[in-house]
Amino acid sequence: MPLRAQILETLQRDARLTAAEIAVMTGSDEKTVTAEIEALEKEGVILAYKTLVDPERTQSKVTCLIEVSVQPERGSGFDSIAERVYRFPEVKTVFLVSGGYDLLVMVEGDAIRDIADFVTDKLSTLPNVRSTASHFLLKKYKEMGTILVEHRERERMPVSP
Amino acid sequence: MKPQTIESSQETVSPPSRRRVNRVIEAMPPSGIRKFFDLVMGRPNVVSLGVGEPDFVTPWHICDAGIHSLEMGKTSYSSNQGITELREEIAAYLKRVHQAEYNPADQIIVTVGGSEALDLAFRAVLEPGDQALVVDPSFVSYAPLAAMAGGEPVRVATTQEEGFTPRIEDLERATTERTRAIIVNYPNNPTGATITQEKLEAIAQFTLDHDLILISDEMYHPLTYEGTSPTFAALPELRDHLILVHGFSKAWAMTGWRMGFTAGPVDIINGMLKIHQYCMMCASTPSQFAALEALRHGADEVEKMRREYDARRRFVVHHFNRIGLDCPTPYGAFYAFPSIRSTGLSSEDFAQRLLERENVAVVPGTAFGECGEGHIRCSYATSMADLRKAMQRIESFVQSL
Repeated sequence: MPLRAQILETLQRDARLTAAEIAVMTGSDEKTVTAEIEALEKEGVILAYKTLVDPERTQSKVTCLIEVSVQPERGSGFDSIAERVYRFPEVKTVFLVSGGYDLLVMVEGDAIRDIADFVTDKLSTLPNVRSTASHFLLKKYKEMGTILVEHRERERMPVSP
Repeated sequence: MKPQTIESSQETVSPPSRRRVNRVIEAMPPSGIRKFFDLVMGRPNVVSLGVGEPDFVTPWHICDAGIHSLEMGKTSYSSNQGITELREEIAAYLKRVHQAEYNPADQIIVTVGGSEALDLAFRAVLEPGDQALVVDPSFVSYAPLAAMAGGEPVRVATTQEEGFTPRIEDLERATTERTRAIIVNYPNNPTGATITQEKLEAIAQFTLDHDLILISDEMYHPLTYEGTSPTFAALPELRDHLILVHGFSKAWAMTGWRMGFTAGPVDIINGMLKIHQYCMMCASTPSQFAALEALRHGADEVEKMRREYDARRRFVVHHFNRIGLDCPTPYGAFYAFPSIRSTGLSSEDFAQRLLERENVAVVPGTAFGECGEGHIRCSYATSMADLRKAMQRIESFVQSL
């Protein structure tokens, strides 16, 4: 496995590892790893280092997944209408998908009211939006490959042959 | 839920008028691991590097295959040797990975973990008084299993300098006309050592020279780093003298499923099968279906776990050497076997005091034989967070000495 892929795999498991630690874990040296990470950042392969938090334990925010059907535009397809949507700060995620609708939009607000306002005032009124279907998020089980509901300890014997 | 111990009954039995427990069993010392297990149990906040099994849960698609087999009502005995599809898949795996041709019809048995395969091997081969060469240090059960089969285990010392592989002259010296078998294990538990092709061929030649049976426990074969490990099964001239022991516990993270297998020459497998059919009937049927899935579609998950072990391996070796505990680089399994000689402590003292002062559990090398003295076995089948904590605590322990 090339060093670049090893670094990405390691950082995706734990973004807090230092270049020195990654160097040890991949059998490389700190300088090379630092340079490689800088290159990955510059090329836009690594976009951000964030913390995955269990929302149920921390926030009281309301999240809504909205299916949006849109009329694509000549010349720019879905990109210009997608931009109109993703520019709103309350929009956390926008995906273009195949199937029965076009954009899958994730919106966060302090209360249901905020999201209702966003959908009726801002989203539905965009010129190319044909229809929306909103699904409020009830519980997260898994996000970004991490299972959020399991807090059980492994039942391994502390010492075994 | 944490595993709990049940108090053993303290009731003392009055000295019996007749012997009640077989002399061999009674004389057998309890496992050195067991003693340490008792020390660790009940202590809170222990970071344990003493665990000889993966910290990963069995990959879900394998669990799912096991669950599906139950839903399909596959709850009866299977054939003694194991379900046909699984034996065929094992034969294909041995051909692909070990370059070895075994006939699934009469050269393979699916066993209850590698442990049962080892037991079958010793019992099928040894007669009362026959000697079996056991490399020291080695997995805790080899010598007791040989003894319980009526044989006499003869330990052959190895050293860190020799990469924990036996020197041929030491094997020759330990051999008598009563020597019948030799057991080896590479990649090795507890040392993490692998074997060179050259040494492997020399041991094979030694086996043939003395007309012995070689039992090769290759349970950790899929878990090697910076290259693969040579396998005894790939030597065609040895095949008639080889009992290969393998299984799913370590590489596929399936310890609790108890799934192992063995392959060997027809006459010996036939002998082993007799014992297996009388004492075990067959391995657990749902586990066999899970193992089938593991062989058919488990390679990617094994590789993912192997890469993760590899990163941790480099981490612990680096830190042991930095702390001043000379640690030979292990190229297989998931154990580091650093030397603690520089501290002046015995393995047992080191492990005990480390546990008492810093709440880190390691296994003293002596649990695996006399040659383990001066070493501790540290399993890196442990999360990075725990490994980091353990290395900090070991460092402050060593500095306090």
